[in-house]
Amino acid sequence: MEIKWYIFLSVTLFCIGIAGALTRRNAIIIFMCIELMLNSVNLLLVAFSKMHLSGIAAKFPALATDAQLFVFFIMVVAAAEVSVGLAIIVMMYRNTHSVDINFLNRLKN
Amino acid sequence: MNAIHLIYLVPLLPLIGFLVNGLGRKILSKRAVGVIGSAVILGSFIISLLIFFQVRQEDFTPQIISYFDFINVGTIHASFAFQVDQLSSLFLLIITGVGFLIHVYSASYMHEENATDLARYFSYLNLFVFSMLLLVLGANYIILFIGWEGVGLCSYLLIGYWFKNTSYNNAAKKAFVMNRIGDLGFLLGIFWMINTFGSVSFHDLFNPNNGIISILHETNSHRLIGITLLLFVGAIGKSAQIPLYTWLPDAMAGPTPVSALIHAATMVTAGIYMIARSNLMYTMAPSTMNVVAIIGLATAIFAATIALKQNDIKKVLAYSTVSQLGYMFLGLGVGAYTGAVFHVMTHAFFKALLFLGAGSVIHAMGGEQDLRKMGGLSKRMRITYITFFIGCLAISGIPPFAGFFSKDEILAVTFSKNPLLYIIGLGGALLTAFYMFRLLALAFMGKFRGTEDQLHHVHESPGAITFPLISLAFLSVVGGLVGIPEIYMQHGHRLGEFLSPVFAQSNAILATHEITHQTEWMLTGISTILIVLISVWAWNKNKNYQGETTAETGLDRVLEHKWYVDELYDAIIVKPLRSLSLFFNNVIERSGIDAIVNGIGKSIQYGSRQIRLLQSGQAGSYILMMVIGILILFIIQLFAN
Repeated sequence: MEIKWYIFLSVTLFCIGIAGALTRRNAIIIFMCIELMLNSVNLLLVAFSKMHLSGIAAKFPALATDAQLFVFFIMVVAAAEVSVGLAIIVMMYRNTHSVDINFLNRLKN
Repeated sequence: MNAIHLIYLVPLLPLIGFLVNGLGRKILSKRAVGVIGSAVILGSFIISLLIFFQVRQEDFTPQIISYFDFINVGTIHASFAFQVDQLSSLFLLIITGVGFLIHVYSASYMHEENATDLARYFSYLNLFVFSMLLLVLGANYIILFIGWEGVGLCSYLLIGYWFKNTSYNNAAKKAFVMNRIGDLGFLLGIFWMINTFGSVSFHDLFNPNNGIISILHETNSHRLIGITLLLFVGAIGKSAQIPLYTWLPDAMAGPTPVSALIHAATMVTAGIYMIARSNLMYTMAPSTMNVVAIIGLATAIFAATIALKQNDIKKVLAYSTVSQLGYMFLGLGVGAYTGAVFHVMTHAFFKALLFLGAGSVIHAMGGEQDLRKMGGLSKRMRITYITFFIGCLAISGIPPFAGFFSKDEILAVTFSKNPLLYIIGLGGALLTAFYMFRLLALAFMGKFRGTEDQLHHVHESPGAITFPLISLAFLSVVGGLVGIPEIYMQHGHRLGEFLSPVFAQSNAILATHEITHQTEWMLTGISTILIVLISVWAWNKNKNYQGETTAETGLDRVLEHKWYVDELYDAIIVKPLRSLSLFFNNVIERSGIDAIVNGIGKSIQYGSRQIRLLQSGQAGSYILMMVIGILILFIIQLFAN
């Protein structure tokens, strides 16, 4: 399969993520959109890794799986980040009974 | 003991006096201030005497005592060094000797000041003497320039000593500005000298063996003329010659002893000293010499005519100083270097005497300076009268008093150069005799014209005032005897022999066509007779002055208003400059510079008020902007490649 389909998919996912993050007011959905963007980039990374490294994997076997490994690292970090973010949102909901981000800009005063 | 190694003490002692009096002005008593101020100068005088006797010895050679490197940049090397030779040792004696007498006099004259002000006064005086000593001791033009600026500063401080009076402050500012104009010329001269010769040290430039100037073959080169003219501009400012002389009469705003110090021992003689020190350079530039002679002579006559009609006792003396300085420059200009230095010395004696005498009169009159309100003081102030009389005889050039010999020497050399200049110079001498005896007759003869109160107040001044008067009167009588011309006495000109090493190279270059003894006798005879006649005439004309004031007309009126020179300067320099400044202030400053500065401030305020709206606190809008920014970067990237 050509690389461009991977790129299209990744860009579509990323744009959905941006659109969601910009338009939605619910903090949880914004959070999900951010994760979507992150994972679309992950997808692209894996795709490029597959494309570029298949040729040189014969010469440098050690490099062949590097990008896939990175993706796992990113996922682990993202999982940690999600747990922190969700915890914040839960605490926020307990205090304000709302997850609307427009309601949260009160903090600036 | 080698006194020359103590040379550093000569300027150091007044500096210490300045620091002690200046810093301790709140705690020292008036008596202590006077004693410290005078004692340091006395100490300098004693060391100067020791040095003088050493310099007089047969086998003396000029010595340069170097203390540290002052400027060491590229090829310019100027060390902080003192030069001890015949010329500087003579000036040391004049400055510290006359300076000491003036300090003693001041202690009594200024007794009405409170202790703090008196300490300030004495610290300035000491600083003044220190600067002047630095000026004459410096072994290169840079050290000389430090002293040169120092005396300018101190004259400003002392003329404006009574700084609560606006007109006195203006006089001080005038002196300072006039001096600055000259100093600029002097500084440019030094720069040019560094550029041309690569050195500013007197030894490098003038020493007879391999001095840079001494081995020049070409005379009157453009550079030499330029440098000497610029140095002369400095001398014009400092020594009050046309056209920068107007500060000196205004400098009378200061206390009278200060006037004596400025006019006699320090400050105004700096220009003469500087040219005498650079005599070789001037000798190599005859065109400059002519300029010096003409300006000197013009000043001598011009100031003398003004002095004829002044009614302020100090103003008359001030213009007479300007006139006498003109004679000194005439002497320098015609190559009579010895004569000029000789006249500096005798002038220091009799002018200090006259000023201190005038101070004594003013003191007795309770501050009155107008000659028309004096009169008849001879009976009440015996010592002042007699000493003042001697001063008048000396300045008028009546033999055998000091002024006769020095003025005669200058005029004799002038005659050998150009008889026309001689006749004009003699005319100036006659004017001098006239205004001095007019002054004497108005102040001391006739009947008293002041108020009743003043009449009761008039008294002979105390000892601290009469002692300097008597000392200076003695010097004015005998001071000329060190320079008796050859025609009266073989080897009579002891001063000339003493100074001859300094001027030897110049004298070798200057073709002196000696005038015959017969002519010289005749000239001296004629001039003396004329001067005596004029003096007697002026005396008789003014001794019965009754205080009548008639409105002056014609030339008299012009003279009374000092040829309207101050008004002229006011009209052509001060007023245009002031309106230009007003224009700059109102137009350029207000609507130009201020507008730019304020405009920048206002536009930043406005801009930030607008940009502040972007920061709304809405996280969504921030992200949107971030996305837009990234898109822009992408687009740039796309088109850049």
